[in-house]
Amino acid sequence: MPTKADQIVDKVRESRVWRSVFRSGTGNSTLHRALAIQQNIFLHLFATKVRKRMVRFSATWYLGTLTFGTFLILVITGILLMLYYHPSVPQAYADMKDLQFVVSSGLFLRNLHRWSAQLMVFLVFAHMFKVFYRGAYRTPREFNWVIGIVLLLITLLLSYTGYLLPWDQLAFWAITVGSNLSSAVPLVGSKIHFLLLGGNQVNANALLRFYVLHCVVLPLAAILFIAIHFWRIRKDGGLYVQQSEPKAQAVPETALTAKEVK
Amino acid sequence: MPDEALKVTQALPKEIDRRAFFTKIGLGSLGIAAAGTIVFSYEYLSPNVLYEPSAIVNAGKPESFALNSVTMDVNSGIYLVRADEGYFALNAVCTHLGCLTAWNQDLGIIACPCHGSKFTRTGEKIEGPAPKPLPWLKTWVSDEGDLMVDRSTDIPPLQYLRI
Repeated sequence: MPTKADQIVDKVRESRVWRSVFRSGTGNSTLHRALAIQQNIFLHLFATKVRKRMVRFSATWYLGTLTFGTFLILVITGILLMLYYHPSVPQAYADMKDLQFVVSSGLFLRNLHRWSAQLMVFLVFAHMFKVFYRGAYRTPREFNWVIGIVLLLITLLLSYTGYLLPWDQLAFWAITVGSNLSSAVPLVGSKIHFLLLGGNQVNANALLRFYVLHCVVLPLAAILFIAIHFWRIRKDGGLYVQQSEPKAQAVPETALTAKEVK
Repeated sequence: MPDEALKVTQALPKEIDRRAFFTKIGLGSLGIAAAGTIVFSYEYLSPNVLYEPSAIVNAGKPESFALNSVTMDVNSGIYLVRADEGYFALNAVCTHLGCLTAWNQDLGIIACPCHGSKFTRTGEKIEGPAPKPLPWLKTWVSDEGDLMVDRSTDIPPLQYLRI
């Protein structure tokens, strides 16, 4: 006997408006459940069906999902911080201080952004260690490992470009040192340094360039590669679970005994 | 006869048909456009005008520096040294990764706060990761009698300016 709440939910889900948005229809059949995944723009990146043990906590420790979670927090808090921050030399530092002491919840949002950024770098590495020691990077998942390396670099660059934005002493000297590292590239090093900073020293151009990289270019690149990364999970046979791998990689016993006989 | 006809076609220079010709033209123009885009992007991203401080610094009257003193100009990142042999200017930017070094009066050395490089008063490296000594900068006395330094021009070390 369905409760009243269930009846209301069913009524909404069968309404014309709901059906115009979610066209897969209602019902608990396998087909309906598969269609609900397949016909959703976000969920269709993933497999329509997964084995239960693949989504258990022990399989992946949810490290990739948690990394994505911190990324979402960073996007949301980052957009909110942008509403008060001007990327200009006279204002950047003062805006950062305003966010801390004047803007309502500014301190909370700024700290959330900062700690999520630290956590994201940590989780990216934890995710990579997990994938590495489980051997989940092996065929057919090599290419997704490479995409993961690209995402690692984007994460580190996001961290690095965000470091300059408070425009304090730490930021200034860290970027001075960091950008000088790029001068060590053979032949084109000084050109890269000049293009990165938009000048010869960390100044107004460098602040603006890092701001644009941090808020537009790198997040867009991250979203693109995250989408490919997720899509490849399905294409490469789903989440990696140790037990589900074929046993072909173990040394066949017959081969061993044959050698021993010889 | 058919054999001869075959020989004639083989001897002809390699012909390209209309489709291959247009494909080549199309790919060629796309290549030129791509190269142009790269050049355009590079040009756009390199600023032509920089609002950075001038490389030439007016350090004031030479007499204002005491004998055997090391004076740092934090804004321009240079040391002005008046030694027994004469005046000279050192670039205060560490040759390792570009931090601003500092003069330590008590120890009589120049030290970098970032990665621990140490230099003598004449710019020679004592220890640390710095790959090169601190460069000597071109100095001269202006017509008004001011000590001038060109931060963009290095000179060989130990060329003192005698006044």
